[in-house]
Amino acid sequence: MTNTPPLKTQPTVRSCPFDPPEEYRTLREQEPVAPVTFPDGAAGWLVTRYDDVRTVLSDPRFSAKRIVLRPGGGGMEDAPPPPPGLFIMMDAPEHTRFRRLLTGQFTVRRMRQLAPAVEKIVAEQLDAMAAAEGPVDLVQAFALPVPSLVICELLGVPYADREEFQRNSATIVRLHSSPEEFQQAQAALRGYIHQLVLAKREKPTDDILSELVQSGELTDEELVGVGVLLLIAGHETTANMIALSTMCLLQNPEQLAALRADPSLMDGAVEELLRYLTVVQFGVRRTALEDVELHGQQIKEGSTVVASLASGNRDTEHLADDPEALDVGRPHSAHLAFGHGIHQCLGQQLARAELKAALSALLDRFPTLRLAVPVEEVPMRDDMLVYGVHELPVTW
Amino acid sequence: MKILIDEGKCVGAGTCVLAAADVFDQRDEDGIVVLLDDDPPHALLPQVMDAAARCPALAIEVVE
Repeated sequence: MTNTPPLKTQPTVRSCPFDPPEEYRTLREQEPVAPVTFPDGAAGWLVTRYDDVRTVLSDPRFSAKRIVLRPGGGGMEDAPPPPPGLFIMMDAPEHTRFRRLLTGQFTVRRMRQLAPAVEKIVAEQLDAMAAAEGPVDLVQAFALPVPSLVICELLGVPYADREEFQRNSATIVRLHSSPEEFQQAQAALRGYIHQLVLAKREKPTDDILSELVQSGELTDEELVGVGVLLLIAGHETTANMIALSTMCLLQNPEQLAALRADPSLMDGAVEELLRYLTVVQFGVRRTALEDVELHGQQIKEGSTVVASLASGNRDTEHLADDPEALDVGRPHSAHLAFGHGIHQCLGQQLARAELKAALSALLDRFPTLRLAVPVEEVPMRDDMLVYGVHELPVTW
Repeated sequence: MKILIDEGKCVGAGTCVLAAADVFDQRDEDGIVVLLDDDPPHALLPQVMDAAARCPALAIEVVE
C-alpha cells in the first residue's frame, strides 16, 4: 500500500485583506502548474504564473465549456451544452455570435459618452450620503447603487426591482448556497428577465435589451441568458471594486494623499487598483480539449484547469518592480483583472468609467472619509466568487 | 513599422484604443478594431507594441 500525499485545495485564507493567499507566491516559484482538488471533489490543475494564465485563457486547446467534473477528469462527451445565451461558457464560433452582437454597446467611445450620465448618478448618491449622518455603510449607500443604477439604465431593467434581483444575484455568486437555493435564484432571475423581454417585444424602449429583442438574432431563451449575465456582471464586480478600492486607499494613506494631490493620476490608479485587488478571487476555469503539456506537467484531455488572475497579477513575470506593492503612480500594465483571451470582460470600459467617476467624486466630496470600525471588523467576502466587502462602515 | 490586424479574431475589448488612440479605433456598430494608420510614425512604436501586447484576442501584429 502506498501513502498518497494529502490532496491540496485551492488556497483561500488571506493574511491581508488586499493580498491573495500567501501560498500563491510559493506556488508561482515552486509549482506553477499544481495539482489541486476543487471543493466539488474534482481533481484538476491550478496555474499561478502570469504567462501561463494568459496561455490557458487564450489557447483554443482550453475550452470554456464546463464539463461534468469528477476526480481524474472526465471526457468532453460528458459535457452538458452551455445554457442558452450564457456565452461565457461557450467557445468560438458559438461565442463569437453573442460577443459580436454586444461589443458595439460597450466601446471606448460609447462608454466615454456615457460618462456624464454616470457622473450624475454618482453625484446624486453622494448627495444622499452627505445628507445622512455618518457612519453609513458605503456598500449600501454608494458602491452598490451606482453600478446597479447604471446597468439598469443601460439594459432597460427597472431599478425599482433591485431588491429582488440583487438578492438573487448574491445567492448565485455565494459559494455556500445550496444547489436548491442556487437553482431557485437562477429560475427567479430568468423568469424576471423573461417578463422584461416579453414587455420589450411589445413596447421597445431605448436600451440594450430592447435592441437585442428587435435585432431578431436571438431566441427568447438566449435573450434571457444574455440579460441575466449582463445584469449580474454589471453590478457585482464593480460594486465590490468601488468599496474595496476605497477601503484599500484608506489603509494606504500615502497612496491616497498622492491621488488627492494629483487627480490626473486617477486613470492609472484605477488600473493599479484593478490589478492589485483582482476581485475575481478564485480564478477562471477551463477544460483541456486535448492532452497539453504546460511547464513539464501533462494536463490530460478533460482536466479542469484554474487560471488564477489574482496570482498572475502579483507575478514578477508581469511586473518586475515590486508587484506586491500598491503604487497609484505605476504605468498602466497589461493586468489580468478582466481576464484574457476571447472572454475578456465585455464591460471593462464601463467598469473603468464607473470606477473613475465613483472614486474621484467620493474622495473629492469627503476629504475626511475614514473607516468607522477597526479594519479587522470589516466583513470580507471570502465566501463569494467576487471578492470585496459585505459592508464598509465609514464616517467623515 | 507595419501593423496587421485580424478582424476575425477581434473581440472588441477596446484595450488597443486605450493604449494607442492615434492608431486604433473601434467601429461604432460592432466594436471591431479599426486601423487609423497602418504605418504610424516610429515615435508611436512603444504605444503600438503595448496595444498588441494587451490585445486579449491577439488580433494585432506589428512588423518592424
